[in-house]
Amino acid sequence: MTDKSHDPNQMTGAAMIVRALIDHGVQHLFGYPGGAVLPIYDEIFQQSEVEHILVRHEQGAGHAAEGYARSTGKPGVVLVTSGPGATNMVTPLTDALMDSIPLVCITGQVPTHLIGNDAFQECDTVGITRPCTKHNWLVRDVNDLAKVLHEAFYVATTGRPGPVVVDVPKDVQFATGTYHPPRKSDVHVSYTPRVKGDATQIRKAVALLAGAKRPVIYSGGGVINSGREASKLLRELVEVTGFPITSTLMGLGAYPATGKNWLGMLGMHGTYESNMAMHDCDVMLCVGARFDDRITGRTDAFSPGSKKIHIDIDPSSINKNIHVDVPIIGDCGNVLGDLLQVFKAEAKKPDIKAWWQEIAVWRARNSLAYRKNSEVILPQYAIERLFEATRGHDTYITTEVGQHQMWAAQFFGFEEPHRWMTSGGLGTMGYGLPAALGVQVAHRDSLVIDIAGDASVQMTMQEMSTAVQFELPIKIFILNNQYMGMVRQWQQLLHGNRLSHSYSEALPDFVKLADAFGCVGLQAIKPGDLDGALKEMISIKRPVLFDCRVAALENCFPMIPSGKAHNEMLLPAEATDEATAAAFAGGKALV
Amino acid sequence: MNQPASAYFLEERHDPTESHTLSVLVQNEPGVLARVIGLFSGRGYNIESLTVSETESQKHLSRITIVTTGTPMVIEQIKHQLDRMVPVYRVVDMTLTGRSIERELAMVKVRGGGDNRVEALRLADAFRARVIDATTESFVFEITGNSAKVSQFIDLMRPIGLVEVSRTGVAAIGRGPEGM
Ligand SMILES: Cc1ncc(C[n+]2csc(CCOP(=O)(O)OP(=O)(O)O)c2C)c(N)n1
Ligand SMILES: [Mg+2]
Repeated sequence: MTDKSHDPNQMTGAAMIVRALIDHGVQHLFGYPGGAVLPIYDEIFQQSEVEHILVRHEQGAGHAAEGYARSTGKPGVVLVTSGPGATNMVTPLTDALMDSIPLVCITGQVPTHLIGNDAFQECDTVGITRPCTKHNWLVRDVNDLAKVLHEAFYVATTGRPGPVVVDVPKDVQFATGTYHPPRKSDVHVSYTPRVKGDATQIRKAVALLAGAKRPVIYSGGGVINSGREASKLLRELVEVTGFPITSTLMGLGAYPATGKNWLGMLGMHGTYESNMAMHDCDVMLCVGARFDDRITGRTDAFSPGSKKIHIDIDPSSINKNIHVDVPIIGDCGNVLGDLLQVFKAEAKKPDIKAWWQEIAVWRARNSLAYRKNSEVILPQYAIERLFEATRGHDTYITTEVGQHQMWAAQFFGFEEPHRWMTSGGLGTMGYGLPAALGVQVAHRDSLVIDIAGDASVQMTMQEMSTAVQFELPIKIFILNNQYMGMVRQWQQLLHGNRLSHSYSEALPDFVKLADAFGCVGLQAIKPGDLDGALKEMISIKRPVLFDCRVAALENCFPMIPSGKAHNEMLLPAEATDEATAAAFAGGKALV
Repeated sequence: MNQPASAYFLEERHDPTESHTLSVLVQNEPGVLARVIGLFSGRGYNIESLTVSETESQKHLSRITIVTTGTPMVIEQIKHQLDRMVPVYRVVDMTLTGRSIERELAMVKVRGGGDNRVEALRLADAFRARVIDATTESFVFEITGNSAKVSQFIDLMRPIGLVEVSRTGVAAIGRGPEGM
């Protein structure tokens, strides 16, 4: 028998957790303590390799980890206690699942012998999180812990990325067992995501692309997730083919907003030219997007005349909402690389001049135009000025959910991937502020701005305290319209302008609030004040809460109304009261 | 058709549905069945029948057989959704292979006397059902076959004095020398 007391791989479960984090290169951990994770917190206290960021609510830890992950391409890591700690993580886990963000969440659990007894702070964490994780584990034996932790990192970060939960009972944290560093055999043999695309399918795709007269490339968050190389290849493909390109909300930045083939974002609040190009194209190349209902509008009228190519790492994304002609299952970057190679070898740039001329006509409609106003700050103008003010800075943008999110997507130009963090799939109000914290933790010297709404920001604003404690100089830029603007807009357009509970009667004084938290509060009320205040905000090296008072009743256009097709968009110039009423009338449902 | 104003496009589709039998090979670990069932309930898929049992204890493998109905697009989705689960090794659509055998076992309790007893035994004989329990006023029959045959037998027993039925659900396997 060997003497195990000197074996460096003999350690407690709690020590294994910290050790595994270090072995996976984790530098930052977002968390909140409680009874069921105290042994792990004790280990964290006694080391300095992993920095723990203490949030103010577990939801904040989850979104912070999402922001961290999305801005770095590395997994975000979260540690929370059992019971309420775990249930507070349900929203960010679901958010991360919808947007394919790699998260590793470690939850404490009551001791194994108490599981099932309704013990204090017990909940069925693996049961509750099963539908909102890519996979989850309850570890009942300390000797399984190392394997499970390594597998958790592998599953979260490979294939279609997503959140995972490892639930560790307190007695397992105390127990001593054998740790081992990550190794291949830690992973289920049944888990084999496909990376390389089928060569025959790629050839078929190239043939379609080469013969296209009215092509469009439609890219999504999958390109961002695939890594920087995928964005580079996407840009090269656009260059080599000369095709127009649009993207989903999640895909912004993969192709630069100043790129000459850029059509702007597509979908419900996308540009006219991008939606028209999608509708009228003859060949559509979808890369790392999933034909979500905010993109397609009514599915039976979606791009009726096109052959569709779909590149996605998740086979279940293919043919889910829209039937495609050439599915290619694989990692976006990998497939784009192969596709480019074949295209360059066997095809040449098709002549699509006539198509670009059609697009130019749509562009000329100027679908993002808004009327200027010298009295009140229009939200679109505020974003434009914010964008101008941040030029030359190393900027990251997060958002909350609502009109401000759509205006940010429309009016802030993204040149690079990983710069835009927003809750797309789940649409989680309260995402942006903690996400900005996570981004700032990863990029200490960058300018990180949460473009917020007055309602959303109140969902997680306690995290300002975290920003102060950890000296994270995030900027919270509130487009304060004193309404849940997006809800109000729909009530106006769909419910006879009966503004049921979409007005916040008692908004806090945001400037004083900032002060109370130890942040800096700024305010702009007139268009003339804006530029100066923005400059000040950017120059302050502390967290800033900026109350930007904007027009209360502005609506977000363009918009694809009620169950209509892409070519039936409502443009701002035409959105008179009568036109709007007509577009939304007729008993059709709004998408 | 007047639809209410909604945040979503309310589209009613009435594409024809099909019934498919899926064989799913999974790692036998805690929660794996909950995962599969949760997928069906969470995404609104139908389960007509579901059976599960460990089939290779050395390798901790279980085989789940699911009979489901849906449009061809939904059936495709179900297979992909199952296949991407971490503990799932393989999903085979037995209906698509066209070379599968499906069997179900049922135990059928019938109560009655006189002519009904005679009639029950006569029918059982015709269906090759075995008597596995008998009292002076009841029988329990064991019947094996495809689901249609089992259902037919049960229907015939109803007027004779059907008390209760316990069915295993469908198990399926492919014909020929190859495994799934
Ligand atoms: C957690 C959560 N609850 C409710 C909603 C529904 N919702 C979508 S936008 C919105 C209003 C957002 O208001 P605000 O943050 O002020 O943004 P604005 O639209 O005014 O720019 C609401 C309530 C949501 N998306 N998330
Ligand atoms: Mg608002």
